[in-house]
Amino acid sequence: MSATLPRTERRAEVELRRRPTTLSAAATLLAVELKLEGRTYELLPGMALFVIGAFVVFHFALNRGALEGDLAAGVLAVALLLGALLAVNRLFVRELEQGGFEALLLAPVPPAALLLAKTAALFIYMCLLEAVGLPAYALLLLARSPLGVLGGVVAVLALANLGVAVLGGLIAALTIRARARELLAPLLYLPLLLPVLIGAASGLSPLFAVHAPSFGRWLAGEGGRWLTVLGLYDLVFGLIGSALFDFLLED
Amino acid sequence: MDRRKHRKGHPALLPLATALAIALAYSLTFFYAPLEAQEGFLQKIFYLHVPLAIVTLCGFVFGGLLGALHLKTGDPRWDLRSYVAIHIGQIFGVCVLITGSIWAKGSWGHWWVWNEPTLDSFLIIMLLYCTYQPLRFAIEDRRRQARYASVFAITAGAFVPLSMVVVRLAPQYVHPRVLSSTNNLPASMGITFVVALVAIALLYLSLWRFEVEVKSLRLRLKRAEARRAQAIEEEAGREEVMVS
Amino acid sequence: MSRPSSPESSPLAVELQGVGREFGERPVLQGVTLQLAAGQTLAILGANGAGKTTLLRLVAGLIEPTWGRARVLGAKLPGERGRLRGRVGLVGHDPLLYRDLTARENLALQCRLHNLGPERVEELLGAVGASRFADRPIRELSRGMVQRVAVARALVASPPLLLLDEPQANLDPQARANLEPLVGRASGRTRLLTSHEPQAALREADLVLGLRAGRAAFLLPAESVGSRELEGLYR
Repeated sequence: MSATLPRTERRAEVELRRRPTTLSAAATLLAVELKLEGRTYELLPGMALFVIGAFVVFHFALNRGALEGDLAAGVLAVALLLGALLAVNRLFVRELEQGGFEALLLAPVPPAALLLAKTAALFIYMCLLEAVGLPAYALLLLARSPLGVLGGVVAVLALANLGVAVLGGLIAALTIRARARELLAPLLYLPLLLPVLIGAASGLSPLFAVHAPSFGRWLAGEGGRWLTVLGLYDLVFGLIGSALFDFLLED
Repeated sequence: MDRRKHRKGHPALLPLATALAIALAYSLTFFYAPLEAQEGFLQKIFYLHVPLAIVTLCGFVFGGLLGALHLKTGDPRWDLRSYVAIHIGQIFGVCVLITGSIWAKGSWGHWWVWNEPTLDSFLIIMLLYCTYQPLRFAIEDRRRQARYASVFAITAGAFVPLSMVVVRLAPQYVHPRVLSSTNNLPASMGITFVVALVAIALLYLSLWRFEVEVKSLRLRLKRAEARRAQAIEEEAGREEVMVS
Repeated sequence: MSRPSSPESSPLAVELQGVGREFGERPVLQGVTLQLAAGQTLAILGANGAGKTTLLRLVAGLIEPTWGRARVLGAKLPGERGRLRGRVGLVGHDPLLYRDLTARENLALQCRLHNLGPERVEELLGAVGASRFADRPIRELSRGMVQRVAVARALVASPPLLLLDEPQANLDPQARANLEPLVGRASGRTRLLTSHEPQAALREADLVLGLRAGRAAFLLPAESVGSRELEGLYR
């Protein structure tokens, strides 16, 4: 039984010299995160229900049955933001409660890999959320069908999701070991997300008008401008986040 | 250790310069700058409100840079400097919101009007910085607290210019109220404004340096007391062992 | 058992000089000085809260010393903990396993993070006697089974240094016997272990460190430790 160990131990020590890169480790950790989420469903169903619940709340709060333009874009953006808040609160809870941080610090892997994996996971979760939330929105509150403007909507939401993910990973890592983190995380997250909210709502509002411009015209005008703003914002915070990741996970 | 030897120049130079600049700036405001045609006397709050705003925003970015130095060197003194920079920025920021409100009430009749993108993004920035102390106090380990505070300071410091740009682009500001425009100011107003800006900047720096020194001193005192208490405890412990 | 030595290994596996650590404003460990040669075992004894676990975490590179200096497997602490990664095995109170993954999946994750192939997973499972329940999620396993998988996790990259925080706590005699060649004296690894059973620890150890309220009460070879020293710790 233990006779096999000496041989493989020598090999193991040699192979250790080749440490996994940040990207490959992040890919491994992302696969684990998605597998765990698939087994436990701790995040996604809650986020989806919460967002749909928010649509219902807005319907009653605004006393409107069909929204268009500015209002439609704003309500969707806020509802998705609330879903993101839920996710950020729970993003690192498994690592906190099951020793994931320490297991990772003992492995020859750059700690930034965990943050990268969680950011990618949050991006995926937001995309899945929108895959469910957008049809629900169209059904419940949108005055026009999103099918005609889907290209633009997807482009805006994709870039917004990137911003949500990058900032969300950063804030989640900052607050995971703080007291009262469920309170602190939204307080930190919301102001940072406001430009993303502005970008998403401004980009979506011409598309949700009853007579929306064609994709080309939208892209050349408002759409292009807000996609650029969102992209740049995501880029800047992506760079800042990746520079700061290492400082967040070590003790 | 006599720290004064390492300080450049005379320690009283900064406060003195600050006092002079403030005296000059506000004399100019009241006795030299002309009365503005539309808003009259109330407009003079411009020489307080706008310099405060500019210095606050620069102070927050300054706090972010100090935080970066803390992360780079690991020296806790940079963390103290970063904390104080942000703290004073918060105080100045509240003054900005108050003076802005007074001006709005006087000019437009409402205590808050959503038509000035700079002030509106200022509100967002203040909301973000309000979370700085709660974040710090929620993390118990001293070193982690300092590290995370620096991460926050850097992130928020980058957020300041970015959010101002994004808010300014927002569609609702197609016709912004030109509160902070210094483009077409006559020379007399321009000079007064610049002097006021310098005065407020010096005020910020004086207060920053003062608070850093006071806090450093308090920290050193606390640590010395802790070491003394521990030494006494050890002595008592040793005596106990010898007796038993 | 001769072990291949890496270029950075010195005859001393662990060296601590005046090492201390505080949490908040409280010092949890102070002034610990010791030297441990490669292949030797150090037993750390002390009451709850004496600082045993903190010391282990410090040597593992999970936390940095607030005071003093250390050298573990050639890596200087503070400063070089990155060099320790993958070379230290820690078995503690927390199994450091994802509860909703199976034993096999947990070990596969660790192997990938250490750049090792999947055959290593089967070897480890066989070595700790966990093959028969390898496909059940961790949360369904008994404490003894989890402990075995935790040991396998710690041994993934065959670390030259093992840190064992009350390692025998949840194991039945059969499991203890099975794991003995892997984590016991016969494994030839340098070991630091803590225990609440001083007699058992003394049998295992070459050197014994007694901690009281974060400070070293004594540091003696195992033979020299008597009831007087032990009493002083638990008073």
